[in-house]
Amino acid sequence: MNLGGGQLVKSMAVPSSSASWKSGGDGVSDQFPAGLRVLVVDDDPTCLRILEKMLKNCLYEVTKCNRAEIALKLLRDNRNGYDIVISDVHMPDMDGFKLLEQVGLEMDLPVIMMSADDSKNVVMKGVTHGACDYLIKPVRIEALKNIWQHVVRKGKHEWKEKDYEQSGSVEDGERQQKPNEDVDYSSSANEGNWKNSKKRKDDEEDQEEKDDSSTLKKPRVVWSVELHQQFVAAVNQLGIDKAVPKKILELMNVPGLTRENVASHLQKYRLYLRRVSGVSQHQNGLNNSFMGTPDATFGSMSSINGLDFQALAATGQIPAQSLASLQAAAIGRPTSKPTISMPVVDQRNLFSFEPHKLRFGEGQQQLNGSTKQISLLHGIPTNMEPKQLASLNQSAQTFGGINMQVSSQASQGNTLLMQMTQPMSRAPMLNENNASQISRLPSSVGQAILSNGIPSGVLGRNGIVDSVRGPVYTPVSQTSSLVDFSVSNSAELPGSTFPHASNSGISSLTPKGMMQEEVNSEGKGSRGFPSSYDIFSELQQHKTQDWGLQNVGSTFDGTQHSSIQGSLEGGRNNPPNFGQQFSSYMVDNSLRIKSERHPDANCQTNLFPQLFGQDDLMSALLKQEGIGSVESDFGFDGYALDL
Amino acid sequence: MEVGQLQRSFVEFTESLFREGFLDAQFCQLQQLQDENNPDFVIEVVSLFFEDSEKLLNDLTRALDQQDVDFKKVDACVHQLKGSSSSIGAERVKNACIAFRNFCDELNIDACLRCLQHVKQEYLLVKNKLETLFRLEQQILAAGGAIPMVE
Repeated sequence: MNLGGGQLVKSMAVPSSSASWKSGGDGVSDQFPAGLRVLVVDDDPTCLRILEKMLKNCLYEVTKCNRAEIALKLLRDNRNGYDIVISDVHMPDMDGFKLLEQVGLEMDLPVIMMSADDSKNVVMKGVTHGACDYLIKPVRIEALKNIWQHVVRKGKHEWKEKDYEQSGSVEDGERQQKPNEDVDYSSSANEGNWKNSKKRKDDEEDQEEKDDSSTLKKPRVVWSVELHQQFVAAVNQLGIDKAVPKKILELMNVPGLTRENVASHLQKYRLYLRRVSGVSQHQNGLNNSFMGTPDATFGSMSSINGLDFQALAATGQIPAQSLASLQAAAIGRPTSKPTISMPVVDQRNLFSFEPHKLRFGEGQQQLNGSTKQISLLHGIPTNMEPKQLASLNQSAQTFGGINMQVSSQASQGNTLLMQMTQPMSRAPMLNENNASQISRLPSSVGQAILSNGIPSGVLGRNGIVDSVRGPVYTPVSQTSSLVDFSVSNSAELPGSTFPHASNSGISSLTPKGMMQEEVNSEGKGSRGFPSSYDIFSELQQHKTQDWGLQNVGSTFDGTQHSSIQGSLEGGRNNPPNFGQQFSSYMVDNSLRIKSERHPDANCQTNLFPQLFGQDDLMSALLKQEGIGSVESDFGFDGYALDL
Repeated sequence: MEVGQLQRSFVEFTESLFREGFLDAQFCQLQQLQDENNPDFVIEVVSLFFEDSEKLLNDLTRALDQQDVDFKKVDACVHQLKGSSSSIGAERVKNACIAFRNFCDELNIDACLRCLQHVKQEYLLVKNKLETLFRLEQQILAAGGAIPMVE
């Protein structure tokens, strides 16, 4: 066992005896790991008592508790009071993995999971959630003797620890990972993990820099919201794939922050994104080039994960300032990001329908605006935070009607997206309030996009009605109704209807009321949405900005194919998948819509006959949301989408 | 009874427990954890196990008695019982729990009821054995002897 390997603690050879506790660095006190402060959480009193005794025998300082909430409280009350946490997986009050994530995010402590369950998927869950080790019960004392290595790793090479899934205990039969014989950042458990290569580089860098810092424990960095926002901003600036701790650190320019802090935080962030992207994956397709401009320049709306705010901005949809604010907002919450991106994406997708001739009922400025907007959307980063979205929305106001449309759609999309991503992110971001904000944004974005796509005359309102195609995109499955309108619209129009219709539809759909309000504001028919959804009007009212991303999102269904995609792609590298999918979706939808038109869907909006799909959706949504019938604010009258 | 005899009985008994699968190596770990500062560690932990297990068995009985059996709950209880029994080294109880869980997955109520019976049985057996073991220990100590280590 070669503990002395400098920073690189060879995982293997950890001495099981208490002899040489020396951990890599020279300066390490010989007493370490004695006195290691361990918090052990398990609802089983028998195991808890046994673990406590074992840990005490290892000369650790043990605190035991049988409830996850109590554990969290203890951790929060004593921020620096613990070095490592050991937690059971199955607990009645809170899932062990949840606790794991919380601890990782809030306190950045190494967490070891344990369970009598040794099935591969559970162990894998531990890995993906960031556990630094996984012990199978019954736990033997030898397994516990080596847990200090995780503390060392985290202290010196935070990121490293994450790479290794295995713990130091050699004897544990249940090692699920192959033991690392030597430094290898590419933890066996993470094979294929894209992080590995990065880690490798980082690792090397890290080693040089860190060489023997004799401090065993580094002062923990608290990743406050602002700090995290800066981090996210830096990451977005570099591009999620190119973001390396060193550069991020430079961009952040925070005194006292070390590369290791950033690296470890980055690792967590990536884990989080990966998890989140799992949800939006299907949506990705839509993203590309979904964006409106007839050429779907947007295409690449960032993937949902990516909240491509920038992309949005790039498209010109969002005024620079708003973009900035959006970005800032987006940066604020990583978790939220994913969600936002979705909506954003959607919008873009909507727009990309352009080719589909999204025609928004609204002709007026919206139309024009929309075109512009669409381009903007293109660049809208999906990482918009709710706040950002809000600001985006606001800024998008200029877009006028289109925004509205878009927003409504977007909002819907957002909501959908948000809803979708919500589970993943667990982030507050998606909460209703945020949702609205976010949705707002998307819709505006969407609108913008829509506008692009929509030929000037398209916007329903102005008589484009005919040509307005209901939102091509069929609302995402979430809001089945949404789907309709988008589709129907498209049917009519050669293809552009999409955005419009969808917008309206979407907004009305506002999945489960997420964006409801937003949608309303956006949805207001006036936006140029032909959609007569009453809901829309209500929704649209909110704010132009209310991007109906939600709608958008919902319409997307995500699965659409990439036909739409192309347009989305926007500046951001990962336009929300959603968007892409959406676009493709939309395309298809348009055709579908036609057939779908339902007779005035319950949507109150009889105003837009054409928006059937939307109407139905809207009504459905409205009903769900209790919005009530759509007023005719939408003014869909003119919109005769004859789906 | 004289100490030597007690001790011999103790050793034999302990060995039989291991041999018959009532206890496994994990129990030895518990014994190793006991020291002068915690002379009753094993008894303490085993008592916790008894208490917890009885509660779990009651919960299981109740859960399987419902009209609509909540298999998730049943599974969770069995899982917990499996964890604690394995932690103290009650091997046969643990094995019975493993079998139980498989039937839970199949949503087979009858089989589950049978498994529950089996688990209860094994639990009572090991409880009995352990109580006997502790009694022997007390007797040895009372007679002034030391408790022999059994490998």
